Amino acid sequence: MQIEIVLAGFGGQGIMFAGQVLSYAAMETGKEVTWIPSYGPEMRGGTANCTVVIADEEIGSPLVKNPPVALVMNLPSLDKYEPLMRPGGTLVVNSSMVDRSVRREDITAIYIPANEIAEEIGDKRLANMVAVGALLTAVSVLKTEDIEATLNAHMPGRHKHLLPKNIEAIRKGYAYAQAHTVAAKA
Amino acid sequence: MARELLKGNEAIAEAAIRAGLDAYYGYPITPQNEILEWMSKRMPELGRAFVQAEAELGAINMVYGAACTGARVMTSSSSPGISLMQEGLSYIAGTEVPMVLVNVMRGGPGLGNIAPSQGDYNQICKGGGHGDYHPIVLAPANIQEAVDMMPLAFDLAEKYLNICCVLLDGSIGQMMEPAELPEMQPYPRPFNQPWAVNGAIGRERRILTSIYLDPPEEEITNLRLLKRWEQIQKNEIRYKEYYLEDAEYVVIGFGTAGRIALSAVRAARAKGIKVGLFRPISLSPYPYKRIEELCAKTQAFLVTEMNAGQMLEDVRLAVRGRVPIRFYGRLGGVMPLPDEILDEIEQMVKHPPKAEDDPAAIWLHRMLETVK
Repeated sequence: MQIEIVLAGFGGQGIMFAGQVLSYAAMETGKEVTWIPSYGPEMRGGTANCTVVIADEEIGSPLVKNPPVALVMNLPSLDKYEPLMRPGGTLVVNSSMVDRSVRREDITAIYIPANEIAEEIGDKRLANMVAVGALLTAVSVLKTEDIEATLNAHMPGRHKHLLPKNIEAIRKGYAYAQAHTVAAKA
Repeated sequence: MARELLKGNEAIAEAAIRAGLDAYYGYPITPQNEILEWMSKRMPELGRAFVQAEAELGAINMVYGAACTGARVMTSSSSPGISLMQEGLSYIAGTEVPMVLVNVMRGGPGLGNIAPSQGDYNQICKGGGHGDYHPIVLAPANIQEAVDMMPLAFDLAEKYLNICCVLLDGSIGQMMEPAELPEMQPYPRPFNQPWAVNGAIGRERRILTSIYLDPPEEEITNLRLLKRWEQIQKNEIRYKEYYLEDAEYVVIGFGTAGRIALSAVRAARAKGIKVGLFRPISLSPYPYKRIEELCAKTQAFLVTEMNAGQMLEDVRLAVRGRVPIRFYGRLGGVMPLPDEILDEIEQMVKHPPKAEDDPAAIWLHRMLETVK
């Protein structure tokens, strides 16, 4: 088993952290995992992305040309990664920040209004966790409970009061995605 | 101890500290800043020495001074910074004192960029400073390997009174993987090296120097270095092999290029190609003999690097024309993807190279046509 996941968005949307949360959960369920950021000089204010690879055995490349799963939090990220998706793959789109549909018909699209759902929960900074919840519907090796256990284990004590809302964000994202998935036609 | 999710640079720094690092001197440069940053917090916390020097030249000469006292000492930098340190490195080699150098390579030449590269292979492995000396060079391909290498690097440096370099690229420095850190070594370690200059009260004074104005004396010093290098060549060869049992074709790559090749090798195996991977871990001394042995059952080698074929020269020294070689490199901070290396493997099988080919020249002409 090996799965590669690309997470992309603007700097400040919590993309790097979202990828790290997946990585921690993968490690804690006994998997091998790599997390690699784009670390170019354009980081502040520009686009940010990271790639997470989860596998049962020693991981080779930490990068992948055609990801089977990707999360795009804004339009530039959708424009960049839609053409690169592996046929049959799943693209999770933050529809709060993207005003167009996925054009390819050979991939599954999941539209999640992450910002709106986060605001409903009461904190717009939770958009990344809502998106992670949606993403998990396409990543069968990780369960929402794995992510929740990871957050519980790694959240510093001073942030522990934020845990219930993070868990709510993940669960709402997961539930919404299950109801709003447009399956690939090909 | 449990596995933790660690960033390469930070894991290297903490592993060095746990191995008993007494002193760190450095100067910031991307993509290795997290090493310096980690040291700046942890070393003072533990009552050990940390100095952010005024420049790389200052840093390497502080390392030189501390090494002469018998301290466990290291510095880290990235390509342009390592170039600035070469004078000091040669002096340290000539003085026969141990130190650990971490080079997190970036795209070059010149100021280049901050992306991952393997362009410093020749500079590091062949000794970028002046004079006849050989650093020990270890190349990790993942964070656990890098962590395990730090205590080893200090042990080797001290055993052979030699520079030991841990050579990686920006991608390993910046990525996160699960790894297990070593136990914290009891500290302080005893300062009892019989060569160290650490106060001569009550004993004969010692002199550490790299100046031998009398040429025959310098020749004897050179021979002493070479005698130790001979022992290093005999004892310290390291490599890792994957899927070689029945392999007809062998990919050779170190560090990140090696691990990317692993993905390509698995994909080629899934297509029925009997290919394996040979990943050198000690780049200096180089595993010539093992590659020589592999010639017996290999139809062709594919050497892949993130440079223009610097390690390829060492493979050619081992192969000596017995088996044809194909080469694939990416340059200037561009990381190859597994698909590219898979394509190279398939091309090698479909159009076998010839033993008399110049693999670097053939690759260059392919590159000039495809990369515009």
